Amino acid sequence: MTSLLEVRGLAKRFGGLVVTDDVDLDVRDGEIHALIGPNGAGKTTLINQLCGELPSDRGTIRLADEMLNPLSVGQRVRRGLARTFQIAQLLADDTVLDNVALAVQARCGHSFRFLADARRDIVVREAACGYIADAGLMSRLDEPVADLSHGEQKQLEVAVALATNPKLLLLDEPMAGLGHGESRQMVDALGALKGRLAMLLVEHDMDAVFALADRISVLVYGRIVATGTPDEIRDNAEVRIAYLGEGDS
Amino acid sequence: MPSLTRLLTLTGAVAVLIALPFVAEALGTPAATTLVTSMLIYGIAAASLNLALGYGGLVSFGHAAFLGLGGYVVGILYQHFVSEAPVFGWFAGTNRLVITVPAAMLVCGLVAACIGALSLRTSGVQFIMITLAFAQMLFFLFVSLKAYGGDDGLIVRRRNVLPGIDTRDDTTFYFVCLAIAAGCWWLMQRFARSRFGLVLAGVRQSERRMAALGFTPYAYKLVGFIVSGMGTGLAGALLANHLRFVSPDMLHWTKSGELMVMVVLGGVGTLSGPWLGAAALVALETTFAAWSENWQIFLGLVLLVVVLLTRGGLDRLLRLMRGRGAS
Repeated sequence: MTSLLEVRGLAKRFGGLVVTDDVDLDVRDGEIHALIGPNGAGKTTLINQLCGELPSDRGTIRLADEMLNPLSVGQRVRRGLARTFQIAQLLADDTVLDNVALAVQARCGHSFRFLADARRDIVVREAACGYIADAGLMSRLDEPVADLSHGEQKQLEVAVALATNPKLLLLDEPMAGLGHGESRQMVDALGALKGRLAMLLVEHDMDAVFALADRISVLVYGRIVATGTPDEIRDNAEVRIAYLGEGDS
Repeated sequence: MPSLTRLLTLTGAVAVLIALPFVAEALGTPAATTLVTSMLIYGIAAASLNLALGYGGLVSFGHAAFLGLGGYVVGILYQHFVSEAPVFGWFAGTNRLVITVPAAMLVCGLVAACIGALSLRTSGVQFIMITLAFAQMLFFLFVSLKAYGGDDGLIVRRRNVLPGIDTRDDTTFYFVCLAIAAGCWWLMQRFARSRFGLVLAGVRQSERRMAALGFTPYAYKLVGFIVSGMGTGLAGALLANHLRFVSPDMLHWTKSGELMVMVVLGGVGTLSGPWLGAAALVALETTFAAWSENWQIFLGLVLLVVVLLTRGGLDRLLRLMRGRGAS
């Protein structure tokens, strides 16, 4: 199996605080790789480094053998690295369709086109509708995003990210704040995508993680302490002590 | 049928604007034509500022720089046309509108590119202050340019000429401005719905989101700022022709404030708002100035009322009235 994402020796410190400490991480083609760890372990920081919002102090990030370090956020997205946000970052004034259509538009070359009505671009609109249908949001097509429920916004986050046509999707706590039923829906939706693209899933909901992940890496204080299949992680003594809180026995 | 109401409103507005000089003549108030010419020109400036401020969320407090710069391009080219001395010892001056207006837009576009490239590295209050600083630098530059009138400004004794059209006639010049304003209005309503317009509106709402979609927000903000500056420069070139005068006052920061007031009064980020705001402000200024020396007090009160009560400017007020009429 070849690695799609290959991270080597990645590091980041904020002043005296080391938040990413020499991280090696591989995400293989088509796998769901979960990244778990206690609060403050540096999971979101790592996501921000991967997607380019935060520059790294040291280390390399490669996607499909291409070095990503010097690329901006937008350039990385165009190479196939998309992300979702823990707190939904959507265009609240725009409709569901507009939000997804912009993502489709972003991959159709530059947008320095000033005269043609973008909302009448059938190709873009139809492609966008496909992603919205997959997310089960067709009934909310023309609603402003601000009017959507929290769960619907989370689903739209995923739809928007998919519309950039990524090879690798970074999911930053997609279940956070969802009710039980909504969580189930999200697990099903992500499960349905399995094999079509690779995913790096940061999540606190262990039921979701163990239901979805092919492999799991555990991040504690900015370090990867273990990587393995769900069964290996469940049985790993170090993980239990550091994370699952069963170290008192 | 909102599209039908819209079409009717638009046709009505165009009909009124075309009939205006003749009605004004018949009623014995030809000054109304000159007044509406000012409204149209300020409308172009406010609508251009709205591209940056309303759609892009770029609160520029220095747009008077482009208004004045556009005016000075006309004034300087005219002075060299009269004196027959080449500009910078390089090229001849001109009094032809088809050259001066594009030249004004080009110069403003280049200056906007420089100002924008530096200011857009910041955002929020810093951006407001930096654009203000750049505009003040240009203001003092023109104050100290004694060759071009310094404090006193430049007089453009005769308006720029157009082949086959007598621009010296106020009514004719009104129609020239009306045609250009109509062109700008059409371009801007296309712009707002275009791919670029949607991206710019997205950048205003969340730069982080737009970057995560694969866009480079900086490039779109910069181009938006340049287009906005060019539009304001066009208005400046027309204003210099209209007043037959250009002075550093056109670049003063209070003028930038006035343009912002027009946009806010009319409705930020709306298509017709800035035009309504410009018309209202020009009309109010003229009316109150005839009443009292301290007319700004009354203007301030009107602004307070409109902004507090409508929460979306005159554009929203009109919509509310129309909505009530329909129901």
